[in-house]
Amino acid sequence: MYELIVIGGGPAGLAAAQAAWQAGLRRILLLERDCELGGILNQCIHNGFGLHRFGEELTGPEYAGRFIEQLAATGVEVRLDTMVLAVQPGAGGAPHTVRTLSAARGAEALETRAVVLAMGCRERTRGAISIPGQRPAGVYTAGAAQRLLNMEGLLVGRRAVILGSGDIGLIMARRLTLEGAKVLACVEVMPYSGGLVRNIVQCLEDFDIPLYLSHTITDIRGRGRVESVVVSEVGPDRAPIPGTERVFECDTVLLSVGLIPENELTRAAGAQMDERTKGAAVGEDMQTSIPGIFACGNVLHVHDLADYVSAESERAGRAAARWVLSGGGETGGALALCAGEGVGYTVPQTLHPGALEGPAEVFFRVRSPMGEAHITVTDGAGRQLARFARPRLAPGEMEHIALPQKLLEGACGPLTVAAKEVRA
Amino acid sequence: MYDVIVIGCGVTGAAAAYHLARFDVRLAVLEANNDVACGATKANSAIIHAGYDPAPGTLMARLNVEGNAMAGEICEKLDVPFARIGSLVAALHEDQMPLLEELYWRGTANGVPGLRLLRQGEVRAAEPNLAETAAGALYAPSAGVVDPWGFALAMAQTAVRNGAELFLQHPVTAIEPLEAGGFCVTTPRGRFETRYLVNAAGVDADRVHAMLEAPSFEIRPSRGEYYLMDKSEAALVRHVVFQCPGPQGKGVLVSPTVHGNLIVGPNAEDTPDRHDVGSTAAGLAEVREKALLSVPGLRFDRNIRNFSGVRANSDRDDFIIERSERWPAFLDLAGIKSPGLSSAPAIGKLAAEMLAEAGLDLRPRAVFCDERKVIRVKDLSQRALDELIREDARYGRVVCRCESVTEGEIAAALRGPVPATTVNGVKRRCYAGMGRCQGGFCGPRVQAIIARELGIPPEEVLLEQPGSWMVCGEAGRGKGGANDV
Amino acid sequence: MKELICITCPKGCRLRAEAGPPFTVTGNACPRGAEYARAELTHPVRTLTTTVRIEGGVHRRLPVRTNAPVPKERLFDVMDEAAKLCAHAPVKAGQRIAADVAGTGADLVATRAMDALDAADENGSGGR
Repeated sequence: MYELIVIGGGPAGLAAAQAAWQAGLRRILLLERDCELGGILNQCIHNGFGLHRFGEELTGPEYAGRFIEQLAATGVEVRLDTMVLAVQPGAGGAPHTVRTLSAARGAEALETRAVVLAMGCRERTRGAISIPGQRPAGVYTAGAAQRLLNMEGLLVGRRAVILGSGDIGLIMARRLTLEGAKVLACVEVMPYSGGLVRNIVQCLEDFDIPLYLSHTITDIRGRGRVESVVVSEVGPDRAPIPGTERVFECDTVLLSVGLIPENELTRAAGAQMDERTKGAAVGEDMQTSIPGIFACGNVLHVHDLADYVSAESERAGRAAARWVLSGGGETGGALALCAGEGVGYTVPQTLHPGALEGPAEVFFRVRSPMGEAHITVTDGAGRQLARFARPRLAPGEMEHIALPQKLLEGACGPLTVAAKEVRA
Repeated sequence: MYDVIVIGCGVTGAAAAYHLARFDVRLAVLEANNDVACGATKANSAIIHAGYDPAPGTLMARLNVEGNAMAGEICEKLDVPFARIGSLVAALHEDQMPLLEELYWRGTANGVPGLRLLRQGEVRAAEPNLAETAAGALYAPSAGVVDPWGFALAMAQTAVRNGAELFLQHPVTAIEPLEAGGFCVTTPRGRFETRYLVNAAGVDADRVHAMLEAPSFEIRPSRGEYYLMDKSEAALVRHVVFQCPGPQGKGVLVSPTVHGNLIVGPNAEDTPDRHDVGSTAAGLAEVREKALLSVPGLRFDRNIRNFSGVRANSDRDDFIIERSERWPAFLDLAGIKSPGLSSAPAIGKLAAEMLAEAGLDLRPRAVFCDERKVIRVKDLSQRALDELIREDARYGRVVCRCESVTEGEIAAALRGPVPATTVNGVKRRCYAGMGRCQGGFCGPRVQAIIARELGIPPEEVLLEQPGSWMVCGEAGRGKGGANDV
Repeated sequence: MKELICITCPKGCRLRAEAGPPFTVTGNACPRGAEYARAELTHPVRTLTTTVRIEGGVHRRLPVRTNAPVPKERLFDVMDEAAKLCAHAPVKAGQRIAADVAGTGADLVATRAMDALDAADENGSGGR
């Protein structure tokens, strides 16, 4: 029997497994479905990773490489090419069962005290946003095109329009351009970009690629391959405005319209989910509603930076180790955390003031861009516990506050985190 | 000289070939596309209807009820996913109740088994997520959901396994009667001579007929748009839920699919272009609005794919299953609109009988292999799976994570009778890429497996029809030779 | 006065810079922002990341980067050079793949290790 099984060998799983090892666990198994560790970082060949973590700017493979090297120095067992089919929680403190399938070992049922879910996320597709039109080849999610280009050396097309200004789409606009393709436009339905502002500059502006805010694709044309798309301006209700259509002749459409935590295993296991993050609801120890099952990284909520995934996953790994070594300790009373005005969600969703070993770190995203803003934390009795000032806030960036333990003593739940612009 | 040529390998042509292949005849099937089941068969509601809808006495009424029973047997023998989940026609207001009664009597006249009228309380118990206004429903236990392209494929594969010759990418461009009797059928890839000719060309059936003589009918294609929802939504309804036909038209259906998703649609729009399977914002909005009338809890943000199909409706009210008066060896299976999928097995059988009436000698084949087994890793016991993986390790390597499809299943889809040659062909055979990520994860891997198994470069891998290339080639703008480092 | 968005880190500081002399910059949260603004006003540079072909490796492409920023207007020249290169597995992370690429003074270096296909089959974890 294992003490801990980590599902997923991307940035989250790597950091969680290593942290759990450092915290004293010795029977740890890391399961990865691909034939190598690193996850999505392997195809993110651009730089921009690791400034927080390592104080230098690394590419995705370099960032992953550091964690893979560190993991190799531990005794964590790694199984590649192994798909997890189910996580079955043990009843009444019994071990959990992880069902796997692999070419090397066939179908297996592995028992473990604790599980860290680190499966990452998937991309939203054309279907999720119901783009009308025909269904030719050449409509790719940006990540799939990135995999083809960066791992397999295959160019998906010669003339592309990108829908959505998420970071992967912006990064791919630059990659395609460098590889000799023409990127005609990046089209964003919202009045602001979904990606980091630096990526607007270095991926679009550097290459004179126009960004159309408050626009969307309203038709895809082509029988065999994409032949053109129709782009329309949208009103404040995000509905296309008739008469604003313009046609772009292109052979490729890349979609960068959001990421969805990949929680099929989590849901099937019966963990309580948060409809807003589309991940499990967790406490400050990243533990889900199922004792001994933890979650971290993009499977929990979509992060903007891999550095934050690593930090969060280390917390999950440490907490899982603590949980196993203490025999599944009690966490005491819980305070619910709610997303208030201007805030889309919070992670964690609950805090256990009695179990905190330092300030409670709370992550969230705002719903719309703000200039100078105040973030407030209010308790159930309407008392403002804390206020944090920020020069500006953007939905594309994950925000973070730390609540000192002392603040939470005597607070009554639920705590509400809100953000309000004080100066545009 | 062939004894019989069937033009078109949708579900109708496949069913005709499947029935003819039991007999000692030299049989060929000419299909215009690069795979079978590429027309209306691949894009429809995937329902095996009970048969209360068509007017008594029509071909549709008879063949639907007969086909429904046959579909169950065929799916069992040929290992096609099929589930007889039953259907409900819901009366959303009290004033629709008389319509239900009419359908009940029509169904009874058609010989539909087990029909029952449900009162309000029973409907709520049967379908708790139905609109609260639901006043009653017609319950038809014999209705089912099927894998429509799998159904056609299984029949085509069985025909081929028993000696039928399938020619893909053979669109028929001309038909000439031969002096000595029979026909010469021309395609861009060759001419074929045959004694008997069956026209199962779907939306192009009138055009094919017109190659021989002026047709007595016209195909009037009607497009229907759909939503296919995430598996998370499948439990929203338990039966095929139809709306009562009313002044606003037929209404749309909400149903679980045999693959575990939820299907919502279709609308109906006349389309001048018989091969236009696009969708429009207005059409999709219509589907949404109508569907919410019967199942208000539908969540369209859980959509994974929109698609549309073109029904081969005609200017007649019934199926057109008849021999030409002038050329008795020419048989039309045309205007096969809904319930065409349900009727197909019976149409196939009838086609064989009508050719016999025209003089075709139908002696049963000494050996007819009427079974098929498909390996689906998802459905195997742990022990059976372990054994399989020991034999072929590729069955242990999951490529499509949403549908848990292994490399072994993908490789199998690219082999055997009627193998896949495209990304969508693979999807139709083993479901890789059919799940919630729509190939976002497995797509590049499936493309690589296709290229490897077919021995073609990546830029020749197609999504579907010719011209639907997936990648334009190797990256790297430089044209110079490689410098080793 | 030129308004710039600093791309040095994800923070994306909004800078206001004057080429001068004297060169002045405001809005930067760290000295790297000033450095960036100075370069943007005089001679913009970027780090290039791309891939090169690799033979005998577990993948068909090897990710590489320039080990120093190169002039922005030379990015496509570096891409042209990279397209002509072919590495051979095994490769170590950080290994130089091309020196002074396209005469920019920067080297192209591998950003990951890549085992040779055979070695990976023998030693690969997961019991393959």
